[in-house]
Amino acid sequence: MSAPGTEVFGDARGGLLPAPSEVELGRRSYRRSRQRRSTWVALLSTLVFSTLLVVGTVSAPGWPRTQQSFLDPDVARRAFPLVLEGLWLNLRVLVVAAVCVLALGLAVALLRTVRGPVWAPVRFVMALYTDVFRGMPLIVLLYIIGFGVPGLRLQGVPTDKVVLGTTAIVLVYSAYVSEVFRAGIESVHPSQRAAARALGLTHRQTTRLVVLPQAVRNVTPPLLNDLVALQKDVGLISVLGAIDAVRQAQIVSANTGNFTPYIVAALLFVLLAVPTARLADWATARARRRQQAGSVL
Amino acid sequence: MSEQPGEFAHQPVLRVRNLVKTYPTAQGSTPVLRGIDLDVDEHQVVTLIGASGSGKSTLLRCVDLLEQVDDGQVWLDGQDITDPRVDADAVRRRIGVVFQAYNLFPHLSVLDNVTLAPRRVHGVPREQAEAQAMELLERIGLAARARAYPDQLSGGQAQRTAIVRALAVQPRLLLLDEVTSALDPELVGEVLALVREVAAGGMTIVMATHEMGFARSAADVVCFLEGGVLLEQGPPEQVLVDPQHERTRTFLRRVVEAGRL
Ligand SMILES: Nc1ncnc2c1ncn2[C@@H]1O[C@H](COP(=O)(O)OP(=O)(O)O)[C@@H](O)[C@H]1O
Ligand SMILES: [Mg+2]
Repeated sequence: MSAPGTEVFGDARGGLLPAPSEVELGRRSYRRSRQRRSTWVALLSTLVFSTLLVVGTVSAPGWPRTQQSFLDPDVARRAFPLVLEGLWLNLRVLVVAAVCVLALGLAVALLRTVRGPVWAPVRFVMALYTDVFRGMPLIVLLYIIGFGVPGLRLQGVPTDKVVLGTTAIVLVYSAYVSEVFRAGIESVHPSQRAAARALGLTHRQTTRLVVLPQAVRNVTPPLLNDLVALQKDVGLISVLGAIDAVRQAQIVSANTGNFTPYIVAALLFVLLAVPTARLADWATARARRRQQAGSVL
Repeated sequence: MSEQPGEFAHQPVLRVRNLVKTYPTAQGSTPVLRGIDLDVDEHQVVTLIGASGSGKSTLLRCVDLLEQVDDGQVWLDGQDITDPRVDADAVRRRIGVVFQAYNLFPHLSVLDNVTLAPRRVHGVPREQAEAQAMELLERIGLAARARAYPDQLSGGQAQRTAIVRALAVQPRLLLLDEVTSALDPELVGEVLALVREVAAGGMTIVMATHEMGFARSAADVVCFLEGGVLLEQGPPEQVLVDPQHERTRTFLRRVVEAGRL
């Protein structure tokens, strides 16, 4: 081992490491310069690409007309506060729906994985539920529930458009999410269950304390992805007449004869989705890092 | 980047100088290798011994460029492979590696596991790759299992397949990381016999192992690692029988007590 240098860098074990050698410093500066170069290349290619896109669009023959009806700043200014107000409703629906979807999806997944012949009808009903609601277009279910249920005129059944719309969204998304959870539960290796049972844990304890935590970890990235999808689909409650962001845009658009409010609504929905999408990316990257523990591959 | 020291003397297959590797931890960075120097000549068998956590696997992973080193250099046939300009994939093609847990691909048959790299990386035509693979499998008595899948093999068979898979691309250097540690005792012998045969065939091998008997009889050089430092290296009759360091003696005594020598 080389003689201890005068400089040292951090060392938790207390042993001193000599300062980095000439060669290592050379390697580091080379890697840095490569890093800088890739940053520049990325910037340049982004610039070229977006210029081409803008030039291509603006030089289209119908551009002036399109600009007038989709990108009118005055209309945008008028629409913005109204659409934002509508978005507040979307946000509230989103939070309620997300919580319900997680709970219902998990419950359905668990009921589909219970063992034993007694539970056969439950498994069957749950399978039927996922098949039906995953297969049904959300907008059709929205019509069925939003206009069909109030038509029954039953006592105690809600007739509020927002509540009915949220119910339809929850039913469809829970069917999807339950399949994600089920895949997660089944991805946990059987030996984990065996090890837990060998320690004397019951079936239920095993599921709750050993299998589910691993399953949830495995499916966090796809779940967040479903959350991004849910975020924009809450805009569909407007078809029932609920005054959300999309509906507000529709109203302003009808009053002004201009499509700009839709662009405003679209931008706001995209902005809303960005943090969740980044969160999903981060969770995926973290899951990958954990699996390959520090390797450069 | 820089010339290999002593280039006009003989050129070892593998030369490691002042190799440093640290892992980031909560308290800063923990050094795992603290300046390793090692030469491995052609046809040599070098075994790495040392307690669990002494850095044997990390050393092998650095040599195979699976980890980025924090200082020092590694030369393979005179080429500085720690230079960031070298193509790491091209380097790895010249090095065969077998890990403790046989990393056979579970979705491929034994034969396809062995022919994957020759066909996809080295462009060997299927018939030729399969003929060569069958020859290798014949030699280890697994030709009849060529169409079997990894989960249908015993641990020893799987590990021997992994070794054959690493050899199928005719590497310059074979790295073996505790290839017998996950095996039942009665299966260890067949794997070590294969390693012995490969060594007799002239392959240059660096092997981390706990099998002291094997190190003693098959190795040309034994290296003792402790806490990321290569404390002692030399021929087995010296390091294993008459070690210079008190630490080496303590380690060997513990191994003897555990009944591994
Ligand atoms: N990815 C990693 N992150 C942090 N520390 C690690 C990592 N891999 C190995 N280590 C640490 O490095 C040391 C050496 O590990 P290793 O090379 O696997 O030892 P050996 O193969 O001799 O048992 C150990 O203390 C281990 O905890
Ligand atoms: Mg190891």
